[in-house]
Amino acid sequence: MDYFVELLFSGLTRGAIYALIALGYTMVYGIIGLINFAHGEIYMIGAFTSFVVATVLSIYGFPLLAIVVLAGVCAAIWSSAYGYTIEKLAYKPLRHAPRLSPLISAIGMSIFLQNYVLLAQTSDFLPFPELIPDFAFMEPYAHIVGSSDLVILVTTAVLMVALTILIKFTRIGKAMRATAQDRTMAMLVGINVDRIISVTFIIGSGLAAVGGLLVASHIGQINFYIGFLAGIKAFTAAVLGGIGSIPGAVIGSLILGLTESFATGYISSDYEDVFAFSLLVLILIFKPSGILGKAETKKV
Amino acid sequence: MAPGPLQIGKKMLELKNIQTSYGNIQALKNVSLHINIGEIITLIGGNGAGKSSTLMTVSGIIPSQAGKVLFKGQEIQNLKADQIVAMGICQVPEGRHIFPDLSVRENLDMGAFLRRDRAGIKTDLEYVYSLFPILAQRRSQSGGTLSGGEQQMLALSRALMARPELLLLDEPSMGLAPLIIRQIFEIIKKINQEQNATIFLVEQNAHQALHIADRGYVIENGMITLTDTAQNLLNNDEVQKAYLGI
Repeated sequence: MDYFVELLFSGLTRGAIYALIALGYTMVYGIIGLINFAHGEIYMIGAFTSFVVATVLSIYGFPLLAIVVLAGVCAAIWSSAYGYTIEKLAYKPLRHAPRLSPLISAIGMSIFLQNYVLLAQTSDFLPFPELIPDFAFMEPYAHIVGSSDLVILVTTAVLMVALTILIKFTRIGKAMRATAQDRTMAMLVGINVDRIISVTFIIGSGLAAVGGLLVASHIGQINFYIGFLAGIKAFTAAVLGGIGSIPGAVIGSLILGLTESFATGYISSDYEDVFAFSLLVLILIFKPSGILGKAETKKV
Repeated sequence: MAPGPLQIGKKMLELKNIQTSYGNIQALKNVSLHINIGEIITLIGGNGAGKSSTLMTVSGIIPSQAGKVLFKGQEIQNLKADQIVAMGICQVPEGRHIFPDLSVRENLDMGAFLRRDRAGIKTDLEYVYSLFPILAQRRSQSGGTLSGGEQQMLALSRALMARPELLLLDEPSMGLAPLIIRQIFEIIKKINQEQNATIFLVEQNAHQALHIADRGYVIENGMITLTDTAQNLLNNDEVQKAYLGI
């Protein structure tokens, strides 16, 4: 039973991380219909930024809590700046081009960012400082769920609630939904659509950066390539849940995380990715629009 | 603001030699027209004549290649769509374009997106609810679930929430039952009088449109071919043959 609960928590933790990244995919897709393949790299840059900030701050002897918070904030800001810039440089000029062009541009951006970090940081794995200590109150449960799992789950839950409030109730959130549903009409009611697109990239990038920090501290090492697999997995989760749907991305991520965790735990860790992608294939065959996605219908 | 004696007869909107194209297809070859403050004017023409393109050019959704758009004497052809809305020009596009997953109330809120005067927004909300009580009943229903007629009422109301000086209406009668069409046109007339909104109405339903309009323009192949008072156009032989089915 303990083993089952352990796998459950490890699955939820994975799912939470996927969700932080998947939201960026799904929100950008919802607004401009683009799969932002450079999004995984944003997550990787978030991890590197928090690495640099955390290392510097620990040299100056900051307390651990301050280091975690500052590293998270800096990573979110820096990654958001990347997300914003990528959109302006690589996607905005192609807004009226055929759909394939921005997609290729996104893949190009992804390759560029990977190689840029590779040149700057080499391909070696860097040891990431352990930012989340083992809490004393978690001691009795330590064999089931680690302290960093708990931090990941709580942080993700808080960010999800904040995002939901933003999207549902604020002026900018309503404008984001309106833009996603009908861009021309959004312009006709006076929404500055370019600004909404930028905000979407900024929010998505910030969430991915926090994910980068949490995973890096959980696993303990980073290199330039970590964004690729994480990005593909999160993209899978977003498609699973129905790309374009925000709750869908969260549900898809949790399902994907749990599937991987149980498959690894009960069958073999060699098949982790096989299960993840088999799930994707099955969903695409039986419900191509994903769990919460809408079938694309064009009304005339 | 009621049009004072000094404003009557002054131009609200003027298009001068507007040319617009989609890719290689020239939608507007040379369109010049004007709307005086407080008027209802209608632009009639067949499918693909350039009616919607004219409105989309005014709203800044499609850029014009040449020519000028003047709003109260100020050039606006290079402004972005949201800046044009901020100046007081609002469009109800063809096909209504309700935000399907936003509630009726949220759709109305989006209409007032650029406004900050809460009290004024509340007054206008009550006004549109009084025009269309059905919208008040359905306020928390999502826009996509409304019937065609209700959607047109919502689209019109959403535009009114911006309290526009100039209202651009693209085929408000399209796909609606005759009874509802009559109701919509009565409301348009009412909006013109009660809200002092100048109205630029694009219609295929030329008969109804000319009945409420002061003046009219006929557009064919991206060019204005005829203009006169609405009454004269109703009696014009060519217009009767081509657009009124008489």
